[in-house]
Amino acid sequence: MSTHPSTLPPTPGQTVGPFFGYALPFDGGADLVPRARAGAVRLHGTVYDGAGEPVPDALVELWQADEHGRIPQAQGSRARDGWTFTGFGRTDVDDTGHYSFTTVRPGATAAGQAPFFAVTVFARGLLHRLLTRAYLSLDDALAAGDPVLTSVPEGRRHTLVVGEDEDGYVFDIRLQGADETVFLEFGDA
Amino acid sequence: MTQTSEPLPSGPDAASASQAEIDAEMAAISTAYDASLRDGGAAETQPRLDYAPYRSSLLRHPTKDVHHADPEGIELYAPVFGHRDVGRLESDLTIQDGGEPVGERMVVTGRVLDGDGRPVRRQLVEIWQANSAGRYIHKRDQHPAPIDPHFTGVGRMLTDDDGRYRFTTIKPGPYPWKNHRNAWRPAHIHFSLFGTDFTQRLVTQMYFPGDPLFALDPIYQAIVDPAARARLVATYDHDVTQHEWATGYTWDIVLTGSHRTPMEEETA
Repeated sequence: MSTHPSTLPPTPGQTVGPFFGYALPFDGGADLVPRARAGAVRLHGTVYDGAGEPVPDALVELWQADEHGRIPQAQGSRARDGWTFTGFGRTDVDDTGHYSFTTVRPGATAAGQAPFFAVTVFARGLLHRLLTRAYLSLDDALAAGDPVLTSVPEGRRHTLVVGEDEDGYVFDIRLQGADETVFLEFGDA
Repeated sequence: MTQTSEPLPSGPDAASASQAEIDAEMAAISTAYDASLRDGGAAETQPRLDYAPYRSSLLRHPTKDVHHADPEGIELYAPVFGHRDVGRLESDLTIQDGGEPVGERMVVTGRVLDGDGRPVRRQLVEIWQANSAGRYIHKRDQHPAPIDPHFTGVGRMLTDDDGRYRFTTIKPGPYPWKNHRNAWRPAHIHFSLFGTDFTQRLVTQMYFPGDPLFALDPIYQAIVDPAARARLVATYDHDVTQHEWATGYTWDIVLTGSHRTPMEEETA
């Protein structure tokens, strides 16, 4: 992979604001696969502000490989025919700041790579989207070889890793504070 | 609709400051930024996440360093949308609700480009906006301006092979909000964009030229670099304006650079 430095200055971001709820969420946006499908898991969590209060007006997007590590490039990310795995999910949080996706465990996209969900967060009060990763595990050889996990200070690494419950995975997002989630930038302004 | 008569809420979202106090805070940040530029600091291209004049940002911005990473795997790709994801008529916001909406009919068109100037082809563009009176169809917008029964204010379409989008809509009105006393947002259209890479994801707002509210608005001013924030302002374009039908605006959108090489793109 090579990086192309941008030659045109980028259009700046702005907050998603408070009124996206009737525009961006769509039917089935939280269900990357039907709940009844074999291998379906839940990825859910709560978005918190710097006072530890839930953020009730956030939007969370999910982008991921399938169980075999294949990167989906199929159309239908909004249309949701119930069969095509497009790898994309979008949901607004509820009044308690909670979001919940039904999806599958992402596979590694290359040999030796630690699998993760790519996550984007938007909210009123948040002036530009935040990008992060939700890794499946910290405690194995894959994580030890991961350039992001190994370069994040040890005390913050756990914010990039899902917890587990009976339905699947838990990934809370803390916008600010002592346990603030590690957010990622990718070499572009 | 309920007229707000209860006391203003307390906390960081309380509309307690005056416009003059907000103006003074914004001016101080602007002065400090100008000084940093004179000292050789880099020009900023994105909004500050930590911008206190926008009160809702106080508890919602990260305070620790953002971590720089190289995109890998899934991050080098973006979700794919096609014609079954978008209705054919969803690019015209004036025909969706069984009658003619009130207001100034307008066309907004432009291209979605990556940082190298390459068109972002066949990718989803979503917009949402207030009506001509400055009112959103959203339960949380309760300010006393009329809802237009013929205007929802939501549109979406796919860019063409040249990266071009084109919406027909109604020019949105400015509207009050509760950031501070007598706070008004400049008229704007919200845009949501995808590139070819996950890392290019962008949600932003398009503004109209010459809006007198620009200098007063802490969301717009959170982009502290004047040249950068001017990139959010559309251009009136008489060649887009249509005879006896609609005014026209042009606005191009540049996403950050793609990390994929052309080779990877062709084999994707």
